[in-house]
Amino acid sequence: MNGEYIQLGHGSGGKMSQELIASIMLPAFSNNILAELHDGARITIHDTRLAFTTDSFIVKPLFFPGGDIGKLAVCGTVNDLAAAGAVPQYLSAAFIIEEGFPIWQLQKIVQSLQAAAQEAGVVIVTGDTKVVEKGAADGLYINTAGIGKQLDAVTIATAGVRPGQDIILSGYLGDHALAVMAERYGVMLPQTVSSDCAPLNGLVLDMLTAVPQISMLRDPTRGGVATALNEIAGQAKVGILLEEAAIPLRPEVAAVCELLGFDPLYLANEGKMLAFVDAEFTRRLLSVMHRHRYGGDARVIGRVTGKNPGLVGLRTRLGGVRLLDMRAADPLPRIC
Amino acid sequence: MVVELDMELQTMAAFLTRQIDGLITRPIRLMEVCGTHTVAIFKAAIRQLLPAQVELVSGPGCPVCVTPSRYLDTAIAYSREKGVIVTTFGDMMRVPGTDSTLSEQRAAGADIRMVYSPLECIEIAKSNPLKRVVFLAVGFETTAPLVAGTILTAQAAGVKNFFVLPAHKRVPPVLQALLSNAGVQVDGFLLPGNVCAITGEQPFEFLASQYQIPAVIAGFSPLEILQAIYRLAKQIHAGEARLENQYKQVVRPEGNLTAVRILNQVYGEADTDWRGLGCIARSGLVLRSTYHSFDIRTALPVTVPDRPVHSACRCGEVLQGKALPRECLLFGTACTPEQPIGACMVSVEGACAAWYQYGSWRWQG
Repeated sequence: MNGEYIQLGHGSGGKMSQELIASIMLPAFSNNILAELHDGARITIHDTRLAFTTDSFIVKPLFFPGGDIGKLAVCGTVNDLAAAGAVPQYLSAAFIIEEGFPIWQLQKIVQSLQAAAQEAGVVIVTGDTKVVEKGAADGLYINTAGIGKQLDAVTIATAGVRPGQDIILSGYLGDHALAVMAERYGVMLPQTVSSDCAPLNGLVLDMLTAVPQISMLRDPTRGGVATALNEIAGQAKVGILLEEAAIPLRPEVAAVCELLGFDPLYLANEGKMLAFVDAEFTRRLLSVMHRHRYGGDARVIGRVTGKNPGLVGLRTRLGGVRLLDMRAADPLPRIC
Repeated sequence: MVVELDMELQTMAAFLTRQIDGLITRPIRLMEVCGTHTVAIFKAAIRQLLPAQVELVSGPGCPVCVTPSRYLDTAIAYSREKGVIVTTFGDMMRVPGTDSTLSEQRAAGADIRMVYSPLECIEIAKSNPLKRVVFLAVGFETTAPLVAGTILTAQAAGVKNFFVLPAHKRVPPVLQALLSNAGVQVDGFLLPGNVCAITGEQPFEFLASQYQIPAVIAGFSPLEILQAIYRLAKQIHAGEARLENQYKQVVRPEGNLTAVRILNQVYGEADTDWRGLGCIARSGLVLRSTYHSFDIRTALPVTVPDRPVHSACRCGEVLQGKALPRECLLFGTACTPEQPIGACMVSVEGACAAWYQYGSWRWQG
């Protein structure tokens, strides 16, 4: 690895994160299950196929339009399990709290966490609390882990991704990242923009029940749709071509992104799902998604190609194609 | 697969490119001066739509790219000083100095904070009265008035611990320098609408009157850019050279008089160094003597040795439109957005980074 110290970019989900995982984590833990590099590991215990995942939540600010760190901590883990083709059942919740943190805020966050768990139909069955000295943490961090049973007759794996498949996105892009950043930097946003943070296991269950042939699911969180698709294109050794005109983007999100120099395709979402499916099932899948409250704006945004293995391209509104490359680290707001 | 095609946009774009094709009878080179244009051109994949005879080259208009590494070395030196908080726009964080970046310094413990507006620095200064807050004042005529306004605000509020490390640059003198240098040959300029919104049209009149080169002030949407290229093609076809304003809804002929007044109150013109281009007469902005106390170099001098830049890096030629990023030996091999050597690779608006990240040349149609 380059450099002597961990930089923020190593936590961005982009190339720097990949490098960190490839050079330090994978060599140490090397095994077949981890090698899949899915956010939710698929494991088997006594012939029972389970999915298992963990995620840490460090959002700043803790409360933002559309949610808070508690809701996020449930949705993130639930969605990773759902994206592994599983029905999430049990979660753990571990809190690292900074000395001096207001108890009323903790209470509010815990209540929100429980409300999200209830909506998702999961139970928090174990947990941990640690308090660190003032200055040793930024208010509050939460880690959740989750476990669920994989659906029968469903196999979510990059091996099933093949040319000709449609790529479906469940709704509008970039809302979560903008809601958090606007709150963090005091940027005024229209009231229509708030975090999309939501548990998607219900939506995914409907999708997989109607179309068990779905070959790949991914919730495009950190690094956004572009990063998630780059990972899949790289692992499945296929090309991906998106249609800019088909990508659901609110005009107000597009405008703020323009102002700050961000590409919405790289912004985090916390309530969106990407699905890969053979084109013959697309219509059925979309009609199921459109009936669900979290899938009403679902549409096909592109397709898998045999050419350009490992690359993700975007056909622009004008008709040219540009590359959506894996970024090194988080986007930084520009000068002019 | 069902795709809602943006037919109107596509039809208009196709119409404009057909018109451009009809007007062009020889190979022409057009320079987009501004980094925001560079990115917009890549994002809409405009190059692929244009006739092969139209070549677009990027100019020296990405503020991060033209900031010399010595400036970064100085900023890093300040970040190592006790009691100093360095504040900066985000895109300076990963710009390579001679042997480190602000991002690496922050990881090693320096207090470096990203801000969206220089005005945030005043709040930081007020909450840290025992520290010196140093803002890295980089940018063209677009950002300089904001910094000037911040200095006036700090002065009015009696904030004594806010400083700037100034490296503001002016666009017209660098274009003048490019043209008086025989190596740079372009048939037309796509001028930055955001800069002209401040300066007005007059500072760019010399392109046509002195050098007989057509120039069009352009907005940033794909159609505005295509329309500006069409207007340039029309002038070239007719053998004319005029300054045209395609972005009238934003750019008034006289510019933004309030911004210019504030800018001139705080800053005066001075010679300054550009990365890859050397020293250019009257191309920089320095604090007027009344405001010298806001210059951190006056309040807390540091010494930074002059050190050579990487010998194979061709950022200087790229910034002048003399070389395409792909023609540099380091491009995409030793120099990537993860490990940038030249500044054109580090800023998202740099020509090399844009070529690399949106690189349609890697996509087989």
